[in-house]
Amino acid sequence: MLSKERIRNFSIIAHIDHGKSTLADRILELTNSVSKRDMESQILDDMDLERERGITIKSHAVSLFYNADDGKEYLFNLIDTPGHVDFNYEVSRSLAACEGAILVVDASQGIEAQTLANTYLALDAGLEIIPVINKIDLPSADPDRVCKEIEDVIGIPAEDAPRVSAKTGLNIKDVLESIVKSVPPPKGSENEPLQALIFDSYYDAYKGVIVYVRIMNGKVKVGDKIKFMAGGESFTVTECGFSKATNLESCDELTAGEVGYISASIKTVSSAKVGDTITLADNPADKPLPGYREVSPMVFCGIYPLDGSKYGDLKDALEKLKLSDASLSYEPETSSALGFGFRCGFLGLLHMEIIQERLEREYNLDLITTAPSVIYELKLTDGSTIFIDNPTNYPNAGTIQDALEPMTNAHIYAPSKYIGAIMELCQERRGVYVDMKYIDTERVDIHYKLPLNEIVYDFFDALKSNTKGYASFDYELAGYESSELVKLDIMLNGEVVDALSFIIHRDKAYQRARKMAEKLKEKIPRQLFEIPIQAAIGGKVIARETVKAMRKDVLAKCYGGDITRKKKLLEKQKEGKKRMRQLGSVEIPQDAFMSVLKLDED
Amino acid sequence: MSKSNLGIYIHVPFCRGKCPYCDFYSLTDESLKGKYVSAVCREIELWGKKIDKTVDTIYFGGGTPSLLSADNIIQILNTVIDNFKISNPEITMEINPADTEFLDFEKLRHFGLNRVSLGAQSMNNSQLKILGRRHNAEDIKKSVNFLKSSGINNISLDIILGVPEQKNEDIEEFVNFCLSNGIPHISAYMLKIEEGTPYYFNKENWKFCSDDELADFYIYACEALKKCGYSHYEISNFAKGGFESKHNLKYWDLDDYLGIGPSAHSLVGGKRFYYEKNLKKFIDNARVEHEKTNLEKEFIMLALRTKWGVTNTKFKQKMGYDLPKTYFEKAKKFEKHGLIECSENRIKINESSFLVSNVIISEII
Repeated sequence: MLSKERIRNFSIIAHIDHGKSTLADRILELTNSVSKRDMESQILDDMDLERERGITIKSHAVSLFYNADDGKEYLFNLIDTPGHVDFNYEVSRSLAACEGAILVVDASQGIEAQTLANTYLALDAGLEIIPVINKIDLPSADPDRVCKEIEDVIGIPAEDAPRVSAKTGLNIKDVLESIVKSVPPPKGSENEPLQALIFDSYYDAYKGVIVYVRIMNGKVKVGDKIKFMAGGESFTVTECGFSKATNLESCDELTAGEVGYISASIKTVSSAKVGDTITLADNPADKPLPGYREVSPMVFCGIYPLDGSKYGDLKDALEKLKLSDASLSYEPETSSALGFGFRCGFLGLLHMEIIQERLEREYNLDLITTAPSVIYELKLTDGSTIFIDNPTNYPNAGTIQDALEPMTNAHIYAPSKYIGAIMELCQERRGVYVDMKYIDTERVDIHYKLPLNEIVYDFFDALKSNTKGYASFDYELAGYESSELVKLDIMLNGEVVDALSFIIHRDKAYQRARKMAEKLKEKIPRQLFEIPIQAAIGGKVIARETVKAMRKDVLAKCYGGDITRKKKLLEKQKEGKKRMRQLGSVEIPQDAFMSVLKLDED
Repeated sequence: MSKSNLGIYIHVPFCRGKCPYCDFYSLTDESLKGKYVSAVCREIELWGKKIDKTVDTIYFGGGTPSLLSADNIIQILNTVIDNFKISNPEITMEINPADTEFLDFEKLRHFGLNRVSLGAQSMNNSQLKILGRRHNAEDIKKSVNFLKSSGINNISLDIILGVPEQKNEDIEEFVNFCLSNGIPHISAYMLKIEEGTPYYFNKENWKFCSDDELADFYIYACEALKKCGYSHYEISNFAKGGFESKHNLKYWDLDDYLGIGPSAHSLVGGKRFYYEKNLKKFIDNARVEHEKTNLEKEFIMLALRTKWGVTNTKFKQKMGYDLPKTYFEKAKKFEKHGLIECSENRIKINESSFLVSNVIISEII
């Protein structure tokens, strides 16, 4: 066991695509943590989805040894964190497990919104920040400008920041030496009662839940009876050890300052919540480590199997995902349009997309999802208050005294030439301007107060397309405010399609209603009868379109030779119909449900 | 399976030029005509030994049967007569109006030809050009006169609906021509852009009708023909009483027919088979390929194309069991909207719903 003096716990902070995972790869290589044979790109992002999108979804911890220039061997614990705002809480807990953070900044792009948000989290956690300027091999690299930007915006010295290329491997050793020199060794005493901070967990089919911890005080070994201070449950440790780059390596005990894993026959990750403190049942700590909170879903949507008979498969898949994702919530719901499905809650939009994609890829499910919704607070005339995340449950307008919606403080970072476009977008999304700061001569930080329901609805896509992809965006919740909300219903052939209802601000209802009606008209194929499409608020129709009756669908010629081929044609047509949702006498193709979720794309 | 009579279809795979809308099998090289006729006769002889049925319709289709000489036709007809029992047959030949004057119809009539299907397509010369036809309106008029003077009065004219530039007046002119010349049968086809045809590859260069416009033309044609006393007996076919095509009715009644020639299909004794689309193979070593059938569904799908619809009587006669109730149940759904008519014995698509018959038929089968 190395003395605490030789341990360095750190994480890497970077904006998407600034090279975090590549830098991690180089560090693993340089410390011989991975054999050449096992080396593949972005080794810590082990989900396909992570590699493809270039994002980190789950936190990872890797222990590796580094022989420093001072001739001594150091134990590095690298904690890789997700960068996205949806996972802010997880990031904050990972950072709390570290003493330092490497801040990777792209030498041509400079500081972006997420970088800054996460850097502030790291500063709040009292971490030593080591700025690293990456991608200096690019022709457009301007490390001097970026260096100044780091000093101006974040206010930390960056003069000596290693200037590296993670891609080519240039100057990576400087980073490792900076870690040795600048990141302080962990504090804490192994003689105190155990306090282990959970910063991640995942479900392993053989061992049960593997809990990643940073031991802040005390020690833990196999056979110890441990207790989750917030969760309340107790378990007996069956294994503990270090997480190496490609495998778990068990050891006798973990002591203060170390980062490792514990397994204790825990059946679900919900028992080992991120941020909770593990202590010993027999010799508990006085109080838990600070910072724990219950994470609650922010964004909700209905998820339905495309093929109704796959409901059971969807249920199994959600159960399995829930085993390793405590922040996912789901409960059964029924829609007259979509059949049996689940109302699912997510931390944010990215989390929602990830879950949907994992369900589709890893569990081979075809899904229909309904428009994302946030939680609205409704004060009713009878004095009670209810919270609504499903438009279906929206009460009669007459019973609502006051409706409130969640607000956010949003920061957008972009080149100054896009200020106009961004302000227009924010205005259009009911944003209230707060202020604007120049980061440097070229770039600004625009601060708006935006309703969350405007953000969950394809705001990020719109922002990207309005700024040619140059803007970055970050937000935090900022309480509830009164708002003129209405429930908009879509009726086909006079019947309300529950899956298409949503809650919206009155000022925007008309525009959205018209767009939805137009889009549905485009997507619903002509049928034997005329189909009126109506959008209504409380029974009052505010937009209307009509799908005209089909005029012609006929085989003109059908003689001897054609018959078999034509029969197949008709049978295929029938098959096509099976993929439609039947609603009363109207057939709605699956993609009609999807397309109305993305109205602003065209 | 009832023992019905047999129809014989002869596919003549030659054309002077390929019309840009047509996807039937034909070749513009006519050098193999002689060998083709011999092969047809050879095949007729072979089938004659295997099939013990009475032939009551013979149909020369194509391609362009009028590129064969009268002697070729007579040779084939004689081979049928020599190898099959014959009973008062309807003998039809498709004729290109440009070829009429080169054929000796009196002679052909003498050997049994009693019906001609004239590929008129339009009475408007500029539209005939667009369709790539080698005849003009004058050829059509001459052909009709010539046929009638040769004693052939059972004439059918084809018209294509939805030709670029077409107007309602063109359809009206066509129908009036038929009426004033006593044409007893008309086939009216909505132009369909078939895959692999020149029209298909040059879709952008032509102003083809939308489905709605096609529907309008079709309805216009149906009404004009009805006014003139033609009965709409199949989706694309109209006839004065008694002049329905006996041969084509076999297709829609699921009766037996034997198709001879490359690409020709057959249904004999409940089995479907066909010759490959390959003239050389047909001449050298003709073989038929079999294909799967589902006679029950085929019967319903085809019968629903006609004004009589599907009846339990005919179904039972053909299949040997009652028309399953499930079809009636599925049909009921459309009945309440007036798209079809159901009775105890019959399901039929109303004429006004022929245009959307695919939706109805695909649901019912």
